[in-house]
Amino acid sequence: MGAASDTTAIDRAFDVPGRSLWIDARRRLTANKAAVSGMAILAIVTLAAIFAPLLSPYSYDATDYGVISCAPDWWPGSIIACRAGGQHWFGTDAVGRDLFVRVLYGARVSLAVGLIATLVSLVLGVGYGALAGFVGRRCDELMMRFVDVLYSLPYIFLVIVLMVIFNRNFYLMFVAIGAVEWLTMARIVRGETLSIRHKEFIEAARAAGVGRFATIGRHVIPNVVSPVVVYVTLTVPNVILAESFLSFLGLGIQEPLTSWGVLISQGADQMGSAPWLLLFPSLFMAATLFSFNFIGDGLRDALDPKDR
Amino acid sequence: MVSFVCRRLFGVVPTLLVIVTLSFFLMRLAPGGPFDTQRRLPPEIQRNIAAAYDLDKPLYQQYFIYLDRLVHFDLGPSYRTKDFTVSELIADGLPVSARLGLSAMAIALLFGISLGTLAALRQNSATDYSLMSLAMCGITIPSFVTAPVLMLMFGVWGVRFLGYDISLPVGGWNNGAFANLVLPVTVLALPEIAIVARLVRGSVVEVLRSNYIRTARAKGLPEHLIVLRHALPPALLPLVSYLGPAFATILTGSLVVERIFAIPGIGRYFVEGAINRDYTLVLGVVIFYAAFILLLNLAADILYAVLDPRVRYQ
Repeated sequence: MGAASDTTAIDRAFDVPGRSLWIDARRRLTANKAAVSGMAILAIVTLAAIFAPLLSPYSYDATDYGVISCAPDWWPGSIIACRAGGQHWFGTDAVGRDLFVRVLYGARVSLAVGLIATLVSLVLGVGYGALAGFVGRRCDELMMRFVDVLYSLPYIFLVIVLMVIFNRNFYLMFVAIGAVEWLTMARIVRGETLSIRHKEFIEAARAAGVGRFATIGRHVIPNVVSPVVVYVTLTVPNVILAESFLSFLGLGIQEPLTSWGVLISQGADQMGSAPWLLLFPSLFMAATLFSFNFIGDGLRDALDPKDR
Repeated sequence: MVSFVCRRLFGVVPTLLVIVTLSFFLMRLAPGGPFDTQRRLPPEIQRNIAAAYDLDKPLYQQYFIYLDRLVHFDLGPSYRTKDFTVSELIADGLPVSARLGLSAMAIALLFGISLGTLAALRQNSATDYSLMSLAMCGITIPSFVTAPVLMLMFGVWGVRFLGYDISLPVGGWNNGAFANLVLPVTVLALPEIAIVARLVRGSVVEVLRSNYIRTARAKGLPEHLIVLRHALPPALLPLVSYLGPAFATILTGSLVVERIFAIPGIGRYFVEGAINRDYTLVLGVVIFYAAFILLLNLAADILYAVLDPRVRYQ
């Protein structure tokens, strides 16, 4: 073993590209079949929702009294009252609107509610939690006590009150649901922040004269990302469920716009005579929620391999 | 221990105050009032009605009047249901909601714990995977989908099982007859079973890996003793702190279930009250539920501290 070969060995060792946490995590995630199929389903649903007007000749609010509650052509059974014909792949609803287009438009609303409300909860929760955890002591105690108080509110009741008061305002619903979901996020981020608060790199930042908020933004938050990412993917399905719950009670999206919750509750009314009206929205919603949950579980396993 | 309980009990009071204040002023932001009708009433009569319910006073005075009543456990009269106080309405619906919720909770715990333990004992087997997929279904499929499907299957079509025709009523309460309970309780319990099963599976898997279980195995204890006596008690501890949120979920779920199955419980009052601007009724139900959940969380914390000696009373 000469000195020269040692250096080349070391050089070679340095030539191997480093593997960051994220590269490792991505590898583990792509190896997880459930998570990958979840992502595929989600991508398909999202694309279909975005390009909904191009996929079908029908408009989401055009009624056709010739085909009221008609089954799609391929629907089995002989006692079906009528066949929708044409390009009504999922049949038609009680006022003759095309169900396929309405399911996709419902996807637009449901996914938008899911994403925007989650974003609201993300911004609120991460900011609040990181601040509480980083500042610590009395401030932390006070801030988390406030979260505890909000936590014990029967929140869905407050959302219902809000929706009634502000007359089913579309945007308010995003905010109301998001403002409720940020609590858990704040708790998670605060706990993580507490645990890294006294690590050396934070001390180094302080020694180098980095300001408090800059430290939180540049050093604390990037290091709490992985539990946050996992929780975000699990929040989206919760939010979608909450929206559909409100819609079911008649407090959500108003006609002619629609969401999966609205479609499902309308489908449930006609389930005996026109089961497809319940089946397709439920299938889409269940598939989407499944996907988010699988991705969330996959991410958790990928980012935190010790729990496997 | 006693001081711990007392301090926590006092902690409940400010929380309740925040809830009361928040919901009181939120309700009043709403346009429209409880006595708006299609036909406008003569102004004298409107004034009379407003005066009778203190609605003519400034808002902050109304707030203090309400607080004063609340301290005396008086939730005030219902604005829309004439001749009934809110307390009477709640007392009317409570036995129904309680029976529904408690049955669902009992079933959720029974099935959730046994299925979760079963999955954990057969970890990574086909049983485990199928049980956990089922649990995932239970979590993702909302109750307003399972309810109509079950109604169609067991109520409308009827199912033949072991030579019996099973046909269940799809609505109504009928004084809590067993047949009327089956479907709503099932619908309410399903998501909860799923959550409990996932929770229990996780913690049983963790406990089964610990050293004292290995010791128990090494001593040659039979498997059922290891599971029942050594593994389950510590594994079920996390479940205790989940009881509070679980009841909150069941209460929320009962809003939908009571509506679908036309059950005269409290949840129905709440939705109707909110839509009719029946301020006192909505406030009363929110406060009642909040107090209930707070006390339940408190009870869960105390139970946890009693069961787990490592928790210190601070």
